[in-house]
Amino acid sequence: MTHSSPARGELFIKALVLTIGVLLLFAPFLFQDTRSLEVAARICIFVVLVASYDLLIGYTGIVSFAHTMFFGFGAYGGAIALKQMGPGWDAVIVGAITGLAVSIIVAIAIGLLSLRVKAIFFAMITLAAASVALVLASQLSGLTGGEDGITYKTPQVFKTATKLLVDENGKVARLFGVKLNGKLAAYYFVFATSLALFILCLRMVASPLGTVLKAIRENEARAEAIGYRVVAYRTFVFCMAAAAASLAGTIYAIWLKYTGPDTALSFTIMIDILLMVVIGGMGTMYGAVIGAVLLVLAQYYLRDLMGVAAEFFHGVPVLPELFDPDRWLLWLGIIFILLVYFFPKGIAGTIWTKGARD
Amino acid sequence: MNQISQTLERFGGVYLLPVIVGLIAFVLIGAPSSWVTLTVAGLSMGMMIFLMASGLSLIFGLMDVMNFGHSAFVSFGAFVSASALAYLSGWLGADSVALNILALFLAFAAALAFGLVAGWFFEVVIIKPVYHDHLRQILITMGALIVSEQIILAIWGGAPVSVPRPAFLEGSWLIGDVTIEIYRAFAFALGLAVYLALFFVLTRTRIGLLIRAGVENREMVEALGYKINRLFVGVFMVGSALAALGGAMWAGYETLITPALGGEMMIVVFIVVIIGGLGSVEGTLLGAIMVGLMANYIGFLAPKLALASNMILMMAILLWRPSGLKPAVK
Repeated sequence: MTHSSPARGELFIKALVLTIGVLLLFAPFLFQDTRSLEVAARICIFVVLVASYDLLIGYTGIVSFAHTMFFGFGAYGGAIALKQMGPGWDAVIVGAITGLAVSIIVAIAIGLLSLRVKAIFFAMITLAAASVALVLASQLSGLTGGEDGITYKTPQVFKTATKLLVDENGKVARLFGVKLNGKLAAYYFVFATSLALFILCLRMVASPLGTVLKAIRENEARAEAIGYRVVAYRTFVFCMAAAAASLAGTIYAIWLKYTGPDTALSFTIMIDILLMVVIGGMGTMYGAVIGAVLLVLAQYYLRDLMGVAAEFFHGVPVLPELFDPDRWLLWLGIIFILLVYFFPKGIAGTIWTKGARD
Repeated sequence: MNQISQTLERFGGVYLLPVIVGLIAFVLIGAPSSWVTLTVAGLSMGMMIFLMASGLSLIFGLMDVMNFGHSAFVSFGAFVSASALAYLSGWLGADSVALNILALFLAFAAALAFGLVAGWFFEVVIIKPVYHDHLRQILITMGALIVSEQIILAIWGGAPVSVPRPAFLEGSWLIGDVTIEIYRAFAFALGLAVYLALFFVLTRTRIGLLIRAGVENREMVEALGYKINRLFVGVFMVGSALAALGGAMWAGYETLITPALGGEMMIVVFIVVIIGGLGSVEGTLLGAIMVGLMANYIGFLAPKLALASNMILMMAILLWRPSGLKPAVK
C-alpha cells in the first residue's frame, strides 16, 4: 500500500465512472431510440440526486427522508413558473430560484429544529415533513394540479420539432443518423447541468469542508471539542444537499415537460435514492454514479426480464406472483438488506478498499 | 407565573393538555352534541394509534432501536384479521352474539399471533445484527418495510379489501341527541384495557420492573446479571403484536383497507412517538390522544387544515419541549 500510486480498486472505479460518463455523453448517438434517451436522462438526474444525498448520509452521517421533498420543490417551482409565465428562459430561472429559495428556507427550519438531537429523531421528522409536502401537493390543486400534475411547454429550443441545423433540403440535419432536433438539445442541457452539479458535489467533498464533515461523522464529540460547530456544519450541508436536489428537480421538470406527485414527490423516489446510494456505496461519491446507473437500468429492463420469468413459472402456485414485473421492488429490497449486512460500503466502497489491501 | 405552573403541575402537568384542547374545542364548536361525538371519535382513534405506537416507543426506550418497519406489523395485522373475518363471515352474520364475539376474538387472536411470530423473526433475523448502529438500523428496517409491503401486495393485491364487521358492533347508540358509534366505544374500551394491562405489567410485576430499569440504564441491569437481550426479544414481540392488534382494530374502523394503510399510519405513529417522548408508555398515550382529538376537532372546524394539523402539533410541541412531553430516555 503506497501513497504515491493509487490503488488498483480506486483506479478501476474511476475508470468505470469515466466510461459511464463517456457513454452518457454519446448516449443519443450510441442508443438511437426514445426509450434509451429517456433512460440516459433519468440516469443523469439521479446521479445528481444521489450524489447530493451521499453528502448527507455518506459524508455527514445524517439520514434524511426529505430529499424527494426538495427535488419536488425544484420540480414544482419550474413547472408552475413555466405554466404561469409561458415557455421561456425567464420562467426557468424564476422557477429554479423560487424552488431553491423554498428548499433552503425549509432545510434551515428543519435543520435548526431537529439536527441537534439524535439521528433517529431527524430521520423521523424529515419523514413527517416529506409526507406533509406530498399531501399539500395533492391538496393545493389550484397551484399544483393535484394528483394529475401539470403539463407545460418548455423553452423553444427543447421542442422536438425545433431544428438545430438544417440541411440543403430544409429538413432537419442528421449527424451519424441522429436528428439534430430539440430533443437532442434538451438531453445535452440535462447532461451538462447534471455534470456541473456532480462536479460541484465532488469538489465540495474534496475541500476542507468535506474533511470536517467526515470528522463529524466519525466522532461528533471530538469534532465539537476541536472547535467545529457541529450543528452549523450539519445544517449547512443539509441546505447544500437540498439546493442540489432542488436544481435537479427543476432540470427534470424541463426534461419531462410534466410534473406530478408521482414523478417528483412520491416516496418511491426516496426509496430509489436510498437503494442507489447503498448499492453504489455510501461516502464514495463515485458510488452515486454506479448506483444510479444500475438501478435505473434495472427499473427499465429488469421488469421485462421478470415478465419473462413470470411467464416461465406459469402454472406453479406462488412463483408467478413473486416474479410479477410489479414486484421488482421486493427483490431489490432483499438485495438492499443483504447489501447493508454484508457490503455496507456498497459496490464502489468495496472495490475501492479491495485494491488498497493488496 | 411560577405559582400558576406549580398549580398546573399539581393537577397533572402535561396530562391536562387533552382536557385543555377539549375545552377550547368545546367553545369553538358550540354544539354540545357534535362535540361529544367528535370527542368520542378522537378518543377511540387515539386509543387505536396508541396500540400501534406503544410498542415502537418501548422498543426504542429499551434498546435504542428504532424500527422503521414497525408499520409493516400494522398493515399485516389489518390484512390478517380482515382475511380471518372474511373466512368467518358466516359467524359474523349470525344472530348469536356469542358467535359474533368468538369470530372477532379469533380474528384478533390471529393478528396477535402473527405479530408475535413476525416480531420474533424481525428481531432475531433483521435487527439483531445491527444493534448500536443507527445508520444501518434505519436502512435495514426501511428495507424490511419495502419487502413487507411488496409481500402484502403479492398476497392481497393492490385493490382495496373490505372488512366485515361483527353484527353486534354495527350501528350506534343514541343518547339524547348524541350519537355514538358502537365500534368507536368498543375500540376505546379495548385500547384502555390494553393500556391498563401494560401499566399493570410495567409497574407491578418483576418483568415490568426490569423493563423500566432497562430503559433507565441498560448497562446497570446487565451488570446485575439479567439477560436484557432476552427481555428485549420479548418486548419486541409484544410491541409488534400490539401493532398488529392496532392494525386489526383500524381495519374494522375503516372497513375498507388498502396496502397504503401501513405507510399512512407510520407517519402518524412517528408523530405520536415524537410528541409523547421516546420510551414512555404514558407519553405515547398522551401523544396518541392529542393526535386523535386534534385530527377530529380540526377536521370539523377547518377541514382544509386537517392534513397539516399533526405536523403543526408536532412542531409546536417540539419547540416547547424538544424531547417530547414525557420522555423516559434522558
